[in-house]
Amino acid sequence: MSAIENIPAEIQDNGLLRFLTCGSVDDGKSTLIGRLLFDSKTILADTLHAMERTSKKRGMEAIDLSLLTDGLQAEREQGITIDVAYRYFTTGTRKYIIADAPGHEQYTRNMVTAASTADLAIILIDARKGVLTQTRRHSYLAHLVNIPHIVVAINKMDLVDYSQEVFDRIMADYLAFAARLGIEDVHFIPLSALNGDMIVDRGERLDWYRGPTLIDLLEAASASHVDHQESFRFPVQYVCRPQDAANPELHDYRGFMGRVESGVVAIGDAVTVLPSGRETHVKDIQINTGSLPQAFAEQSITLLLDDEIDISRGDMIVKTGELPSVTKQIDAMLCWLSESPLDPRRKYLIRHTTRDSKAMLAGIEFRMDINTMEHQAAEKLAMNDIAKVSFKLAQPIFADSYAENRGTGAFIVIDESSNNTVGAGMIL
Amino acid sequence: MTTLTKQTLSHLDWLESEAIHIMREVAGQCSNPVLLFSGGKDSICMLRIAEKAFRPGRFPFPLMHIDTGHNYKEVTDFRDKRAAELGERLIVRSVEDSMARGTVVLKSADESRNKHQSVTLLEAIEEFGFDACIGGARRDEEKARAKERIFSFRDEFGQWDPKNQRPELWDLYNARSFKGENIRVFPISNWTEFDVWQYIEREQLELPSIYYAHVRAIVRRQGGMLPVTDITPARPGDTIENVRVRFRTVGDITCTAPVESDADTIARIIAETAITTITERGATRLDDQTSEASMEQRKKEGYF
Ligand SMILES: Nc1nc2c(ncn2[C@@H]2O[C@H](COP(=O)(O)OP(=O)(O)OP(=O)(O)O)[C@@H](O)[C@H]2O)c(=O)[nH]1
Ligand SMILES: [Mg+2]
Repeated sequence: MSAIENIPAEIQDNGLLRFLTCGSVDDGKSTLIGRLLFDSKTILADTLHAMERTSKKRGMEAIDLSLLTDGLQAEREQGITIDVAYRYFTTGTRKYIIADAPGHEQYTRNMVTAASTADLAIILIDARKGVLTQTRRHSYLAHLVNIPHIVVAINKMDLVDYSQEVFDRIMADYLAFAARLGIEDVHFIPLSALNGDMIVDRGERLDWYRGPTLIDLLEAASASHVDHQESFRFPVQYVCRPQDAANPELHDYRGFMGRVESGVVAIGDAVTVLPSGRETHVKDIQINTGSLPQAFAEQSITLLLDDEIDISRGDMIVKTGELPSVTKQIDAMLCWLSESPLDPRRKYLIRHTTRDSKAMLAGIEFRMDINTMEHQAAEKLAMNDIAKVSFKLAQPIFADSYAENRGTGAFIVIDESSNNTVGAGMIL
Repeated sequence: MTTLTKQTLSHLDWLESEAIHIMREVAGQCSNPVLLFSGGKDSICMLRIAEKAFRPGRFPFPLMHIDTGHNYKEVTDFRDKRAAELGERLIVRSVEDSMARGTVVLKSADESRNKHQSVTLLEAIEEFGFDACIGGARRDEEKARAKERIFSFRDEFGQWDPKNQRPELWDLYNARSFKGENIRVFPISNWTEFDVWQYIEREQLELPSIYYAHVRAIVRRQGGMLPVTDITPARPGDTIENVRVRFRTVGDITCTAPVESDADTIARIIAETAITTITERGATRLDDQTSEASMEQRKKEGYF
């Protein structure tokens, strides 16, 4: 047999990093992703051939790398991105999930979808155009959903003679506006997505830039969203009661299934169940049929408790002494995502962790003007508006501020007349 | 006691945990879901994930296969065996029944039945009143799939509207639908072919034998290999060759081609997958090549 057995070396696992590309229309987001995958040799031969054929059919000389992610007919016809495309690649040490977000304002809600799960945002800027409204909007949204790493990629450097002056000027512009938002940790990098400069290879035309390439930045970024110790939060998704007659041992089995949203839990820990407030201890932590001494954030597990307590989906198990706020009134930043405006007279459904509650708008404190970053008064919210609002809830939720805890600080708004997801909220 | 360093999951553990979370959301939010199980490698992974999500309880959904009647016996036998081992209910609905009813009309007797599965699927959804169908499609398979949400809304005609998808934020999934509408759920959206093979190795999952290298009679058509079977006999003038092959994906016989391979263990399949130059569908699907947008088109018509 051939030598294939010893080809891929054992992959050292540096976990998984999710990032998105965003920014204004046509500044090269899709091309950048195509380039990243092309230069890291992730695009396979048949995909490349198909892209070549399509590019030729459209009279282009070189392969149009944006075809890799712009997969819908309507996107290819118009040469734009409409919805997020997900792509995957690995460097041997890390797996990446890439989300290519659309730049058009009309599709901002799709950008928010991509941003909500990202660990890192690459915000592209066309070197000829500098900071535009959509650059500001996407930067603000990336900041609002609290993406820990922000990389500003100044693209199309080939069209400005790879000029350091242009780069410096745009960087200064961006920093001035970022400071007003409170965005602190930003990396700037000059690129040509078309020619592949500073993405995987440094190229020869950007000698004045001494910083890391894009791929170096990605490899070095930490995937964690938190720099502080979070409290244990366990929203119950599903209750397992097998009552399997064949196995009497299972007769009293009551497993509380869910994913650890944050923190750590160990067997023996004292826990409190919300909303009842009943206290007990962790008897066992199970995955499949095995038992674990402890579990941490992002693990899907089953918890068994010492005492028989009435617990159902929507309840939350937390550590005794580390309680979230139990509240029927929330202040939040809200992105409105629907074509039909937020109507203060209507009732909506709010989904927070595994819990649903009817909700009514209690007030709009202000709407954010993306251009000036000024607060404006508003009666209604239209699609893509971002505002500070408050809601009154029919049921209490168990919440932390979004800044403190993503999992228990985020919620969505659902319109029950269409079942659509119409808003994304972050509790203050 | 809390530890001070933040622990993180390996990429495979993270993907598994995400998939378990998604399945439990379906169980928590939907009143009558179903898991589509074909006996193929992706749906075999899905069954393991369902075990991890719900044992020691029963699955909160039955399994269902839409059978074109043109599947490899090794695969349908495996499907039945696996369902029996798990003690879960398996529903099989067949495209041939839809043909007999007259709801599926083939253009010619040898037309592939693959795309007609959508009709039978929609009929089964209506028959049982399913409000959610869990499937093993992955975003890395195809450029239209790369665009689809994890919880993907379908209207009462089973149609996907790619230009108007529901926003999907954080891990707050919205599985709500009105009667007659339907949610398709893809727990392994974020897995690649490579992840699937690694998972199969790690979990030591049993597979139908045709995933491993074996000698098979084939003819070469349109640059691909077509197995010689009762359903796809050799035509006059074809040269029949006996080639050592394996399947990267199993599906309808008329449109799923094997690849040449010596890989007879999972470790060897993983090694081959790591260095392959052709995508899973590119190497194996004879039906996707016809037009640039054929998957998107089929999805708009209710396909998985
Ligand atoms: N000269 C030059 N052109 C570029 C570069 N990057 C992208 N382009 C071109 O800019 C145009 C738009 O590129 P896309 O990648 O489709 O832009 P996008 O940001 O994804 O656009 P939307 O997703 O619709 O907002 C295409 O014609 C690209 O070829 C670059 O570095 N240099
Ligand atoms: Mg784009």
